[in-house]
Amino acid sequence: MIELLASHYIYGLVFVVLGIGLYMTIASQNLVKKLIGVNLFQSAIFLFFVATAYVEGGRAPILHTGTDAPLASPLPQVIVLTAIVVGVALTAVGLALIVRIHGEYGTLREDTLREVRTDE
Amino acid sequence: MSSLETLVVLLIVAPILLSLAPIALGLRYDRVGWPVATITTAGLFAAALALASDVFVAEGTNREVARIHVLGNFDVPMGIELVADPLSTLIALLITGTAFAVLLHTRTNGPRGNTFYTAYLLLVGGLLGITLTGDVFNLFVFLEITSLATYALVASGDGPESAVAALKYLILGTVAASLYLMGVGLLFMGTGTLNMADLAATIPALEGQNVTLARAGLAFIVVGFAIKVAQWPLHSWQPDAYQHAPDGVTAVIASLVSTASAYALGRVLFGVYGPEFIASTPNASAVVVTIGCLSVVAGSTLAVIQRDVTRMLAYSSVSQFGLIVAAYGVLTEQALSGALIHLVGHGLTKAGLFVAVGWIAIAHGARTVDEYAGLAGRQPFVAGAIAILLLSLVGIPPSIGFVGKWYIALGAVEAQAWPVAAVILFSTMLTLAYVARLLETMYVTPPLDSAVEPAHDTPAATDGGRPGSGASTSTDTGSDPSEPGLERTGITTQKSVPLGTLAVLVLAAVLAVALGFAGELFVDVLEPFLESVLEVSS
Repeated sequence: MIELLASHYIYGLVFVVLGIGLYMTIASQNLVKKLIGVNLFQSAIFLFFVATAYVEGGRAPILHTGTDAPLASPLPQVIVLTAIVVGVALTAVGLALIVRIHGEYGTLREDTLREVRTDE
Repeated sequence: MSSLETLVVLLIVAPILLSLAPIALGLRYDRVGWPVATITTAGLFAAALALASDVFVAEGTNREVARIHVLGNFDVPMGIELVADPLSTLIALLITGTAFAVLLHTRTNGPRGNTFYTAYLLLVGGLLGITLTGDVFNLFVFLEITSLATYALVASGDGPESAVAALKYLILGTVAASLYLMGVGLLFMGTGTLNMADLAATIPALEGQNVTLARAGLAFIVVGFAIKVAQWPLHSWQPDAYQHAPDGVTAVIASLVSTASAYALGRVLFGVYGPEFIASTPNASAVVVTIGCLSVVAGSTLAVIQRDVTRMLAYSSVSQFGLIVAAYGVLTEQALSGALIHLVGHGLTKAGLFVAVGWIAIAHGARTVDEYAGLAGRQPFVAGAIAILLLSLVGIPPSIGFVGKWYIALGAVEAQAWPVAAVILFSTMLTLAYVARLLETMYVTPPLDSAVEPAHDTPAATDGGRPGSGASTSTDTGSDPSEPGLERTGITTQKSVPLGTLAVLVLAAVLAVALGFAGELFVDVLEPFLESVLEVSS
C-alpha cells in the first residue's frame, strides 16, 4: 500500500489540486477567485491526463530514428492540448461575464451581489 | 452510401463554419443573421431527414444500420469516427427540426443581432456533435462547444440578471464537464481506448484493477451529467438560466441542451458501459434510479409552488429529466425505449411551450400564472396549443407524453422497480396540479379588470380558490385605473399572433398528439437497435 502511494504520488497531488480548485469554486466570495478555482480544477484534470501518459523510462512521443526508448503515450497529451484550448475559451467567456456583472452592479463579491439584487 | 457518410460530417461542420457568416457578412450588410441561420438550419433539417430515411429504412444489426464516417482516414482506435445510428439520427432530427422551427419564431420576437445568430448556429453545431460523435473525448469537446454557446445566449438577455445567471451556469457547467473529463480519463486508464464501440467491446472483458478504474470513471461521468441534465440537487442553475435568457432563446435551450446531455448520458451508460456492467457494479443502478426519482419529486414539488410560468416550466424540466434518468437506471429495454420516447416528446413539448410563453411575455407582458387570466378568450390558438402541450406534459393519452411514461412504467414494473413506478404516479399528480392551475387560470378565470363584463363574472370563476394569489390584493387592483395594462390585470388585449410563432405552436401541438398515436411506430423503429445495444454489451 505504502509502495503504491509512493510510486503513484502524482495522483495524490492531482487530487489535492482538484480539492483546492473545488473548494475555491464553492467557498470563495470573489467571482474572479471562483473562476480561478474552476481553472485549478480543470488544471488538476489535465495533470491527471498527462500522468496517465507516463511510461517507465519513456521519452517524448516524437518519432525519430536512432533510439529504441519507449514513447510516452501521445493520446492523453493531444487530449490535454485540446482541453486546454477549451479551458481558455471558457475562461474568456467567464471573464467577459464578470466584466459585465461588475459594470452593472459595481461589485465582484458574491455576497454583496446577492444583497444588491434582493434590494431591487 | 458515401454521400450519406459525408452528410454525417456536414451536419456538424456546416453549422460551425457557417456560424462565422453572420459576423463576417454583418460587416457589410445589416440583418443578415436571420436568413443565414434559417437557410442553414433548414438545410441541416433536410440533411437529417435524408440520413434518417436511409438509416431507418436499412435493415440489419446495430453496426450495419449505422452510418459511420471515419474522419481523416485514421483507423478507428486512433482516429475519430462519427456514428449515425437509429438513436442518434432520431435526436439529430429533433435538434435540427426544433432549431429551424424556433428560428421562425425569433424572426419577429427574438433578439436580432448578428452575433446572436452566430452563437445560435454554434449551439446547433455543438448539439449535433454531441449526438453524432462516436468518441467519448469528442463528446467532451462538443459538450463544451454547446455550453459556451449556451452561456453566450443566456447572457444575451436584456437585464444584468442574465449575466449573473450565465456565470452561475458557466461555473457549474464547467465543473460538470471537468468531472466528465475526469471520468473519461479513468476509463482511458482502464481500457486504453476512447472510441465508444471499442470501449463497449473492451469493458465487459476487463479484469482486476481495470474494472475498478472503469467503475470510478462511471461514477464521475454520471455525476458530471447529473449536473448537465440538471438533476436535483444540482439543478439550481437551470431555472435562473431559463428565466433570464431572452425568450426566444429559452425555447431552444430548454428543449435541446438538456435533451442532448440526457441523450449523451444514455449513450455512455448503454453504448459504452452496457447494462451488464452497470448491473454488476454494486449499487450503480440504484444510485442512478435514486438521483432520477429524487429529481422527479423535488422538481415537480418546486414547480407547483412557482408563480412565474417560465420558472414553473423549468422546474418541470428537472422532474421530467429525472424520469428519464430513473428509466436509464431501470436497465430494461421497455424502460429504455420509454426514456428515449420521453426524451423526444419532452423536447418537442417544451420547445412549443417556451415559444408560447415567450411570445405572451413579449406581446402581453404576462409572466406569472395569475397574469394568464383570460388568455383563452383573447388568444384562442395560443391558449389551445399551450393546453394541448401541457396535457402532453402530464401524460394524458393520446399524447406523446403518455407513450413515454407508459413504457417507462411498463419497464419499471417488469424490472420490479416499484419506486420508479410509484414516482411516475406521484409526479403525474403533481404535474397535473401545476398544469391544472395554469389551465384553470387561462380558461376559467376572467381577467381581473374585466369585472365590468358581468356576463363572465360567474361566482365559481372568481379568484377565491386560486393558490398563490393574494385574494385581497387581486380584488383591490381590479378597479385601480392607475396601472393600465400592468400587473395582475390578466390578458385583456387581443394581439395578432405572428405567423411564424403560430406555425411553430400549431406544429408542436399537432406533433405532440400525432406522435402519441405513432408511439408503436417509435418502438418498432427503435426496437431492433435497442435489442442490439443490449445484446452487444451482454
